[in-house]
Amino acid sequence: MIYRENGQFKTSYAADQQIFPILQDRWAILGILVFAFVAVPLLADEYMFRAILIPFLILSLAALGVNLLVGYCGQITLGAGAFMAVGAYAAYNFFIRVDGMPLIGALLLGGFTSAAVGVVFGVPSLRVRGLYLAVATLAAQFFWDWAFLRIKWFTNYSSSGSVSVSNLSLFGFPVESPTEKYLFCLAVLVVFALLAKNMTRGAIGRQWMAIRDMDVAAEVIGIRPMYAKLSAFAVSSFFLGVAGGLWGFVHLGAWEPAAFSLDRSFQLLFMVIIGGLGSIMGSFFGAAFIVILPIFLNQMLPWLGDLVGVSISTAGVSHAEIMIFGALIVFFLIVEPHGIARLWSTAKEKLRLWPFPH
Amino acid sequence: MARLIGEVILDLQNVSLSFGGVNALVDISFDVREHEVRAIIGPNGAGKSSMLNVINGVYRPQAGEIILRGEHFRQMNPYKAACAGIARTFQNIALFKGMSVLDNIMTGRNLKMKANIFQQAFWMGAAQREELEHRAKVEEIIDFLEIQHIRKTPVGRLPYGLQKRVDLARALAMEPQILLLDEPMAGMNIEEKQDMSRFILDVNDQMGTTIVLIEHDMGVVMDVSDRVVVLDYGKKIGDGSPDEVRGNPEVISAYLGASH
Repeated sequence: MIYRENGQFKTSYAADQQIFPILQDRWAILGILVFAFVAVPLLADEYMFRAILIPFLILSLAALGVNLLVGYCGQITLGAGAFMAVGAYAAYNFFIRVDGMPLIGALLLGGFTSAAVGVVFGVPSLRVRGLYLAVATLAAQFFWDWAFLRIKWFTNYSSSGSVSVSNLSLFGFPVESPTEKYLFCLAVLVVFALLAKNMTRGAIGRQWMAIRDMDVAAEVIGIRPMYAKLSAFAVSSFFLGVAGGLWGFVHLGAWEPAAFSLDRSFQLLFMVIIGGLGSIMGSFFGAAFIVILPIFLNQMLPWLGDLVGVSISTAGVSHAEIMIFGALIVFFLIVEPHGIARLWSTAKEKLRLWPFPH
Repeated sequence: MARLIGEVILDLQNVSLSFGGVNALVDISFDVREHEVRAIIGPNGAGKSSMLNVINGVYRPQAGEIILRGEHFRQMNPYKAACAGIARTFQNIALFKGMSVLDNIMTGRNLKMKANIFQQAFWMGAAQREELEHRAKVEEIIDFLEIQHIRKTPVGRLPYGLQKRVDLARALAMEPQILLLDEPMAGMNIEEKQDMSRFILDVNDQMGTTIVLIEHDMGVVMDVSDRVVVLDYGKKIGDGSPDEVRGNPEVISAYLGASH
């Protein structure tokens, strides 16, 4: 009853084209932003920041990148982890090799490097599609896994193969404590989400979706498949590269190539499938589902066990966690193959009419 | 307003197209004059859709030449054709199913939108201005085709007749000089056919668009078209005004299977 656009008339195309055309949505988003920027830093403890909030923010950013490519442009990729790795290692090299390179500069340069690499590995998409393309992008994953392990220059000849960064700061403010790291990641995510939304609602987003939905018709209309597909690869890899940089610099601090393994690529793909392909909101839902649910199960299972008088061992908990998590994914895909974002939009549709359906 | 049929704008000369051993088009020549409605008719499998696909470059003919406004092309490609002002609709609707009606039609403006990806990402400058300008133009087309009520609906949810109309709208958004319509009225009921015929004639009349039309409904073809080409098994068997074609014995035998 509260959520509806009755009486909100649009008198210009600009008003009709804004991101949140409904007034209530604008207030809700403002509320969430204020909560995330002001309330969360006051309420959350260190464990919350380190284990849940920061990973959630960074993986949301990565999922956004994957969603632009897979969900909007319809090009399947299994190399997402590799592009995160490229971003992270490129940012690392810019950071240590260039004197006075600021944190944000290194991250962005890492993103651009990743974008260039993404374009190269996106070239097969001009000839192959679907599962075959997935296999071709898998090559990126294997190649970069190998390169960062074997080519010592990338890791600055560190003996252990692990690299680390410290003394992060942004315009003179340190980015060291969990709260500072959280705020930094949050700010980056908000900006990038806005960029992603702008692209998907504009001409380039329509080109991507046209290629995804019906490539012959798209060509006939004058969309060049090469430009559309490679730009999707570039933008997606840029997002992934920046996310990779954040993951290495801000979340881990010290990392080795295993941090961006094939598991990561699968995890990101699951996020966008569960969250909702072709939806910005879905990327957040997917990341939340995959990051938070295992932790939630981990905490809940012993408690549930105590409740019915069974004590579950730590190993038992982690086994059960994986099983339940897998079962939930299967269940979820059967019930709502279009992801959480679709449930969300269905709920909004219903809310617009509630409680007077006629 | 009387339409002025102009010079030859599109001229196909000795076009042949084959897929492996199958000859889809054999040595076909015909021309299209500016502002006219040119129909292509023929039985199933006659090569009508292949003909359109050759004109806008989806298929590459093995022989022949396409002369567009005096410019000679051995083959077209879809991008060149689109830049040259050729738009088309599809026999089996080829709309972008995941997008709204408005977005589908906006894609038709793609070639006219020049903002780069950074301007678009930041929604600034040219990007923002273009979105508004082209939205206004798209709204004109939406008004013209009377689909205001469905502009925000995902096209996958629309009934068949309306999807056909959106397909036409998307082609019109390109402001084409030549519009290729592949069976725009297939599978429609009588009212929908009347509506569609009216739209086609209005497009031709008000916008001066040259129309090349494939249609099976002979009543419609005879009513709306200025000249008709008849294809059968990839060969041209008739060409002329609707009345001439109707009287052509070869055409009659192809359609009615007259005994020899």
